Amino acid sequence: MTAMPKFTRRSFLISSAAVGGGLALGLRLPPFGPAVVRAADGSPEITVWVVIRPDNSTVVRAVRAEMGQGTITGLAQLVAEELDCDWSKVSVEYPTPGESVARKRAWGEFSTGGSRGIRQSNEYVRKGGAAARMMLVQAAANEWKVPASECTASASVITHKASGRKTTYGKVAEAAARLEQPKDVPLKDPKTWKIAGKPLKRLDTAKKVNGTMIYGMDLQMPGMLCAAIKDCPVFGGKVKSFDAARVSGMRGVKKVVQVGDSGVAVIADTWWQAKTALEALPIVWDEGANAKISSADIAEVLKAGLDAEQAFVGNQAGDAKTALAGAAKKIEAVYSYPFQNHACMEPMNATVRWTPERCEMWGPTQNGEGAFAQVLAASGLAPDKVDVHNVMLGGGFGRRGTYPDDYVGQAVLIAKQMPGTPIKMIWSREEDMAHGKYHPVMQCKLVGGLDASGNLTGLHMRLSGQSILASVRPEVVQAQKGRDPLTFQGVFESGEHAFGYTVPNLMIDHAMRNTHVPPGFWRGVNVNQNAVFIESFMDELAEAAGQDPLEFRRKLMANHPRNLGVLNAVADKIGWSKPAPAGVYRGLAQMKAFDSFVAAACEISVKDGNKVKVHRIVAATDPGYAVNPAQIERQVAGSFVYGLSALFFQECTVKDGRIEQTNFHQYNSMRIAQMPKVETILMPTGGTVWGGIGEPTICVAAPAVLNAFAKATGRRIRSVPLKNHGIELV
Amino acid sequence: MARLTINGKSHEVDVDPTTPLLWVIREQVGLTGTKYGCGVAQCGACTVHVNGLPMRSCQVPVSAVGDAKITTIEGLASGKTLHKVQKAWIEHDVPQCGYCQSGMIMAVAALLKTKPNPTDADIDASITNICRCGTFQQVRAAIHAAAKAA
Repeated sequence: MTAMPKFTRRSFLISSAAVGGGLALGLRLPPFGPAVVRAADGSPEITVWVVIRPDNSTVVRAVRAEMGQGTITGLAQLVAEELDCDWSKVSVEYPTPGESVARKRAWGEFSTGGSRGIRQSNEYVRKGGAAARMMLVQAAANEWKVPASECTASASVITHKASGRKTTYGKVAEAAARLEQPKDVPLKDPKTWKIAGKPLKRLDTAKKVNGTMIYGMDLQMPGMLCAAIKDCPVFGGKVKSFDAARVSGMRGVKKVVQVGDSGVAVIADTWWQAKTALEALPIVWDEGANAKISSADIAEVLKAGLDAEQAFVGNQAGDAKTALAGAAKKIEAVYSYPFQNHACMEPMNATVRWTPERCEMWGPTQNGEGAFAQVLAASGLAPDKVDVHNVMLGGGFGRRGTYPDDYVGQAVLIAKQMPGTPIKMIWSREEDMAHGKYHPVMQCKLVGGLDASGNLTGLHMRLSGQSILASVRPEVVQAQKGRDPLTFQGVFESGEHAFGYTVPNLMIDHAMRNTHVPPGFWRGVNVNQNAVFIESFMDELAEAAGQDPLEFRRKLMANHPRNLGVLNAVADKIGWSKPAPAGVYRGLAQMKAFDSFVAAACEISVKDGNKVKVHRIVAATDPGYAVNPAQIERQVAGSFVYGLSALFFQECTVKDGRIEQTNFHQYNSMRIAQMPKVETILMPTGGTVWGGIGEPTICVAAPAVLNAFAKATGRRIRSVPLKNHGIELV
Repeated sequence: MARLTINGKSHEVDVDPTTPLLWVIREQVGLTGTKYGCGVAQCGACTVHVNGLPMRSCQVPVSAVGDAKITTIEGLASGKTLHKVQKAWIEHDVPQCGYCQSGMIMAVAALLKTKPNPTDADIDASITNICRCGTFQQVRAAIHAAAKAA
């Protein structure tokens, strides 16, 4: 790989911004004649995923959002693999949701959450690449009047071996684009991959080291104004009144507007002016019914759920109640997990221009189609008059998915009040902390029963707390008769989040206790707390049984070979069977999440009983297939930064109905000095199901460290974050 | 009216003197590589060099800059030749989302000026930028590589 493939998002975006209308955004549909769809530069589209330029370069289409996880590089590798194109001439371009809608959702789902970017679309994007290769080869064969089966393709060059003739994709692209797309499109055996599966460099690095990568925050358009916004700090509250006259004379201020029934925004020449005026603006809130709620109140409600009669069942075997009643030894523990903010480095923002004829949004979103729907709803316009242009996300972690009452809708409501003017709305960090879609709050009571030989005969895991789907996708909860299946991630009866142990008498249930604080999908989602609960408790049970935590787990994992595989891998590499160095203590954890199997083992030392140094973490992942091992390694290592920041530092507390933490000084994040050495074991075992990468590993970070901490100090910590226990990360 | 020297170019800006340097760089000068992350000097995404020293520009009022020479991420390279830190960043494929990386790179470039061969302890003490993606493992490797580069 000598040349760095050109990444075209910015030129795509800026030209879109400059042109600003209709299908000139990126695609030209043919008015008549042969159905060749052309990219903005006139190059023919071979399949919806592949454009070949006359210079023999390849443009791969991607609709999943890039937020650092490397998905566009991985998806491009999969397309390029099947296309057999020259990787050094690959760039990526983003069709818009509006274009997709106009073409009957030609690009499928845009949503980029649940670690689905690659695993869910791999088959159809690979087929898009393979079909394009077949068409290009067929076009060359037609020109040479030879059977396509006698021609081969490699690195964007087609060869007819018998005659020695060669041509390029660039030369036959026009003819290929006119061919019928084949229906039977066989895919390569992943064992033969040459581009996919390799640790290739990302496609988007160059612009990230010289300041030229454009994030939503950075958009500039002719005539653009900026808006700063404040929503009622109490969730569910409303605007009562505001005194616009007090700030309308301030420098740069253009307009003060109400946004929906709960927000107020100042529009000014610059964002700094808008923010300064907003801070000076007197606003009276109607804080509503939630104005007195505190974290203690919420904790009380959840606590009551731990012993409530009614609960939704997520996993069941045998008769847990009877088994626990008859157990030789009964162990019980209560755990809790707090609200947490995603704290993306780039605060929420969106740029919108609205006219009665057209409304467009430019901004970071993990779900282009979801944002499209929100623009549609807020704009009051028809689907063919609306579009969304995604830009590079300065972090996503689930925060930039589609939620009710969020930043995209706000930006449209602001822009509607200044028709024709593009308005960039930016949240301050303080607004971002105050209006997150928080990691759900949860408590958990675990009761385990051991027989006389220390075997686990019964287990009851009672969750009590918030449902994300009840707030975000109520129709799913309704279809399940009130149950939120997502609550059981990692401990569920089956599927992508199946429980990794076999317990003869098992009950895992959920007393749903929703709060007024809006929940969201926080990287890893519900596996995070479920792993803390079950994997800490497994160590508690092992201790009560007088057994090694690894051996204790192994006895329950005979039916879970892939869970066991990753667990054994980390145990071997950390040296579990040998004593740890003096003063060093080990812990481990495992989970199935997002169809990947993950495990972690760590080595820590503790000074003065509360200063934790994490020396080393071994992490194993079995995602079935690995598309880019180098990016996987980075996602896994980064997962410990995200997961251990959450474990040690992060909690959003509620007082007077609002979130108390306002910025990173109260909501800390790990720095380089605290970063442990992470050794990644990537062990894909194939099969029919592809697992995710971006999220699974987060959940094993915390319990592995909690288990090591208990070994080191004898203290079993059962609530997050550790700062509340006086424990520091050094 | 203030006159600023940014990346060797003189800019006249008409702003309230209390405006943070960060926002003048982004909104008046139009250089958006320097990022807003927190506004309270916690995250370091806004790090620029002021007379060669790393500063969190969200906490520097433009009135305090005077005739100091400011370098932003856009001015770190010498023409088309990337700074050795930028080269190492590409070689080690450091950025994930990349949003914090301008500040991270500026902080590292400043560190290498005072400590051309930093130890891990030096890195731990001086590089305190927040990266939510968690690129630290690559950041550390790239710093050592940049230090070794000519």
